[in-house]
Amino acid sequence: MTDRTPREIEALIALMARLPGLGPRSARRAVLHLLTRREGLMAPLAQAMARVALAARDCAVCGNIGTSEICPICADPARATAEICVVEQVSDLWAMERAGVFRGRYHVLGGTLSALDGVTPDSLRIPALVDRVAAEGVTEVILALNATVEGATTAHYLAEALAETGASVTSLAQGVPVGGELDYLDDGTIGAALRARRRM
Amino acid sequence: MDWRDEGIVIAARRHGETAAIVEVLTPAHGRHAGVVRGGASRRMAAVLIPGTQVAVAWQARLGAHLGHFTLEPAQSRAGLMADATALAVLNSVCALLRACLPERDPHPDLYAATRALLDGAWPDGAAWGLAYLRWELGLLAGLGFGLDLTACAVTGARHDLAYVSPRTGRAVARGAAGEWADRLLPLPACLLGAAEADAAGLAQGLAITGHFLARETGEAAGLRPLPEARARLVERLARPIR
Repeated sequence: MTDRTPREIEALIALMARLPGLGPRSARRAVLHLLTRREGLMAPLAQAMARVALAARDCAVCGNIGTSEICPICADPARATAEICVVEQVSDLWAMERAGVFRGRYHVLGGTLSALDGVTPDSLRIPALVDRVAAEGVTEVILALNATVEGATTAHYLAEALAETGASVTSLAQGVPVGGELDYLDDGTIGAALRARRRM
Repeated sequence: MDWRDEGIVIAARRHGETAAIVEVLTPAHGRHAGVVRGGASRRMAAVLIPGTQVAVAWQARLGAHLGHFTLEPAQSRAGLMADATALAVLNSVCALLRACLPERDPHPDLYAATRALLDGAWPDGAAWGLAYLRWELGLLAGLGFGLDLTACAVTGARHDLAYVSPRTGRAVARGAAGEWADRLLPLPACLLGAAEADAAGLAQGLAITGHFLARETGEAAGLRPLPEARARLVERLARPIR
């Protein structure tokens, strides 16, 4: 903290520096940018943040973040009810929605099983998923989890936990990304792509 | 200070915005940690998956420092993630190495056994289970708690071995157990190479290694439990073999 900067502004800089991607220097720049646009940007931003902080809540059905008890996706009657896409975080749900190809509903786990971090099935929204699949007559559960050891461990656990519901459990394919060049791919991705090859 | 070696990635966690602290198992430098600059990048994500075989270069100003790693991928083991039992084995191996093995203590035999386990062409869950059980015996031997299953601790007999002493880790023949039989650990035939592994035999074998590993990591003294990943693997292997 410098002696010349008011305490309130230093407190704001310290809070901004806790955001992902921002350090103390970039937070200071962002705060200075806001201070030079107090009327046009800073006040509306503060009001919007206060409104969202009051209204934001987790969807009671899927765990998505919304501003009502049921999120817009779960409340949308045009969405297919027989398919649930399971994702790790809300950011993954947003990524799937950006692609615009999935018209079913979602279930946000809130993380993945991790022996390293002590995350067990009970700390995730896995029991809620099993109940939901059984109660809503879901026919297919699509596991859209990260291709990491934790993601794969969670996927195998879910496949076994959902076996008794009778729903078909599938997972996203792994392989060559759109625009990818084989020469730049790692061995694991090439191996997964080869195992998941399809007839032309 | 610097050295070069080969290694297996056993853990990685983010360090700040862009770096990662990575632990590798190497033949000449044992379990060793270091900072990987840019380790949080997407380019490095596939390299830092546990199980990946890497070429390691370590550099630090002093030997006591954490130091920096430069890692080059040598062999991906991402294929293990497709099989639930193989993945459970990988998780348990990495967790046990982190829990039990002292840092920077070379264990070339354990390194070789770990490579052999992860690269083995194990056809089914029973084969994976037996290979893993033998790896845990190797881990105990590497830690200085090797079991002696060659002869009876009481009579010296080499046949009809049916128990293991929970205190000494030595085998005991059925006839020599007498009234202490209920206090000894049952020794499955699969550990003696006399039978195929089945769920019951694997459970008995893992109970033996678990007993001594728990003693080694201090669980018995209430200090630190065995890793959750091992408990999940034991639970998986206890199911009827498919």
